[in-house]
Amino acid sequence: MSASHAVSADAHWGGGVSPFAASWQKTMMWIFIVTDALLFSALLCGYGYLRMISPVPWPETTEVFSIPFIAFMTFVLITSSMFMGTAVTAARLGDMKKARNNVVLTILGGLVFLGCQAYEWSHIIHEGARLTGALPGSELAHLGVPPQFPSSFFLLTGFHGSHVISGLVILIITATRTSMGKTPPQGVEMAGLYWHFVDLVWVFIFTLFYLLPS
Amino acid sequence: MAHAETHAAEAHGHADHAPQSFIWKYVFSKDHKVIGIQYYVTAMFMALIAGLLAMTIRLQLAWPEKTFPSLNFLTKGYTDGVMNPEFYAMLFTMHGTIMVFFVLSTAPVSGFGNMLIPLQVGARDMAFPFLNGLSFWTFLPGCIVILSSFFVGAGAAAGGWTSYPPLSALRSAVPGSEMGQTLWIIGMVFFIASFTMGGLNFVTTILNMRTKGLSMMRMPMTLWAMFLVAVLGLLSFPALTAASLMLLFDRHFGTSFFIPSGLVLSGQVVNHQGGSPLLWQHLFWFLGHPEVYILMLPALGFTSDIMVAFCRKPIFGYKAMVGAMLAISGLSFVVWGHHMFVSGMSPYLGMAFAVGTMLIAVPSAVKTFNWLATLWRSRIIFKTPMLWAMGVVSLFISGGLSGIWLGQTALDIHFHDTYFVVAHFHLIMAGAALFGVFGATAFWFPKMFGRMMNDTLGKIHFWFTFLAYYCTFFPMHYIGLAGHMRRIYDPYQYEFLKNLQPINQFITISAFILGASQILFFINYFWSAFRGEKATDNPWNAAGLEWTTPSPPGHGNWPGEIPEVHRWPFDYSVPGAEKDFVLQTDPAPIGDKAGSH
Repeated sequence: MSASHAVSADAHWGGGVSPFAASWQKTMMWIFIVTDALLFSALLCGYGYLRMISPVPWPETTEVFSIPFIAFMTFVLITSSMFMGTAVTAARLGDMKKARNNVVLTILGGLVFLGCQAYEWSHIIHEGARLTGALPGSELAHLGVPPQFPSSFFLLTGFHGSHVISGLVILIITATRTSMGKTPPQGVEMAGLYWHFVDLVWVFIFTLFYLLPS
Repeated sequence: MAHAETHAAEAHGHADHAPQSFIWKYVFSKDHKVIGIQYYVTAMFMALIAGLLAMTIRLQLAWPEKTFPSLNFLTKGYTDGVMNPEFYAMLFTMHGTIMVFFVLSTAPVSGFGNMLIPLQVGARDMAFPFLNGLSFWTFLPGCIVILSSFFVGAGAAAGGWTSYPPLSALRSAVPGSEMGQTLWIIGMVFFIASFTMGGLNFVTTILNMRTKGLSMMRMPMTLWAMFLVAVLGLLSFPALTAASLMLLFDRHFGTSFFIPSGLVLSGQVVNHQGGSPLLWQHLFWFLGHPEVYILMLPALGFTSDIMVAFCRKPIFGYKAMVGAMLAISGLSFVVWGHHMFVSGMSPYLGMAFAVGTMLIAVPSAVKTFNWLATLWRSRIIFKTPMLWAMGVVSLFISGGLSGIWLGQTALDIHFHDTYFVVAHFHLIMAGAALFGVFGATAFWFPKMFGRMMNDTLGKIHFWFTFLAYYCTFFPMHYIGLAGHMRRIYDPYQYEFLKNLQPINQFITISAFILGASQILFFINYFWSAFRGEKATDNPWNAAGLEWTTPSPPGHGNWPGEIPEVHRWPFDYSVPGAEKDFVLQTDPAPIGDKAGSH
């Protein structure tokens, strides 16, 4: 009974290695990603709730956005994730130069994505979207969109964009420190985890906000 | 392997030189023990403030017709000795907010969590000491922002600790909806950020830093509680972060996430449309329900660990106790709707939430009966920590039973927003958490300050608190059943509540005694910290790993190597052992009888 807890320590773990065989830094990054994912889930649930109860029908997104353009943005972001994956593998194999180069390509992808998003925002603002709703008399007001449409658009994409920016800051630091030979392979991997997460969130936003028909 | 090397490097990294200067040692410290005490003392200060708010609430409910010219110095609160209704709303809002987040989440979780986790897992410090220090220095600004809201603009937030829109979403709704509510949101964001940093450290420390031989199923109940609390916090607080963000947008940037169409305020239709206040309620309670378990689980863990040391018996049903905690934590995520039975919900959905709520009674009963079985036929040593532990069991039962009533959709229609609810959560959530903290303080005081708390003073404090606590909160069940609303400025404006004034006066007098008896605790804490009797390393003859450290533990916790763990921390009165307890680090197989199983 109680003495079963006094059997030799070898039956139990030896201490110092985690149950997931990952260092605490990596474990912590994973758990942080889980909480951050829940933050986006809450925002997406809020958006879904408001969309479902909206007394005014949700507009067809094809009438507001150019879906091929958004698909291009998505493609760029996913491609950047591919470079990131290459960088992580290279770092693990000890080729830090290749790792650095691929991190730089990832940064470029992130910058192109942010540029597209800036264009997207200015475009929809030009069409009359404001945080509070459609500008009266504007193109968007003509479509009869509920005020929650632009509000959740700016909130979701803005919050995601802020994550892209923080991801880029992390990547720039990683690239610089890798050039200086100061980043361990695990550092590249952790930056990669965060970047893949930011991409994954975008896939959800793309599907649930842009692609879902009304 | 590479992992082992990394770990070795980490272990040395954590055991680096102790800081020498005062400011790095005691102010911007990275040492988990100092951070724990910093959290604890800050929570104590916040408790003092929130307690005084409660006393003012009670004064109003007992004698609303009397004037108190001596309170006119609270310029916002009193006019000619009479309390302003708006001030009353600020009082209960801030009492709830401060107590739930800045006291009862902080003292047991951030305070004792930081204090105990490295000692109980056998680590030099938390996984990421810098993040830990940062967490406290994010928490403190949160406290300052929350407290400053009383002095800014028209006063503190007044929409209840739940901050339901539209009161919280429209800046012109009530005086507290102005600057006060904004500061409430900012203060909460600081709090959530700090709690998240702490939680990340808790989970990784418990998962990764356990010493050799300490498998998960050999952990003390306190560690299990801290682990689950951190997980609950990490999974539930994001919902409130998202909701707060949307609320901030509604308040300051004119969006309509939570504000419905056609809302009339002071005779004017507000310029918002299409939002839903229910969305806030869902997001808030998705946090809110796990949050009450964040308060309670540490107390349940402390109780188990304290109880075994004063019953001199192994814990009864360890696996069931761990399972019950896991079940309670899991279920806490699927019952948030029981806070919203009357705010508009499909009856079928309500039924699902009600069934989920009922289910929580099962693991709760498992815990209660296991405690009773631990107590059963043991020679109980009645020291202060044990009294508090038994107080937790008492409150857990008396507060838990009313939870079964409140979880019924049909009964809740009557109980909702009455003093029955106030009675329920003060007994189970606030009371159990508070008693747990008091018990843990008396029990682990030697590890905080290297001294003992005064036992006689502690016992007097316990009996005053215990009796006054029941006298304060138990009668609230009756006035709640009689229809006394929660959050009401003057209940006696209604004929049918007039006859409840004597009960309210009794409650108020009990509350004053309860408040005053806490002075005993403050005296005992600070006097004992500096002048108390010096503690030995293991004054309670307890079996846990933390009792192998010196009292108080120095920087790095163990002077030599980190000890190896060979058993669980509950080996008391083992047949064949020399003493009536066997330390977790004791490698010797115990006598033949115990060895065969």
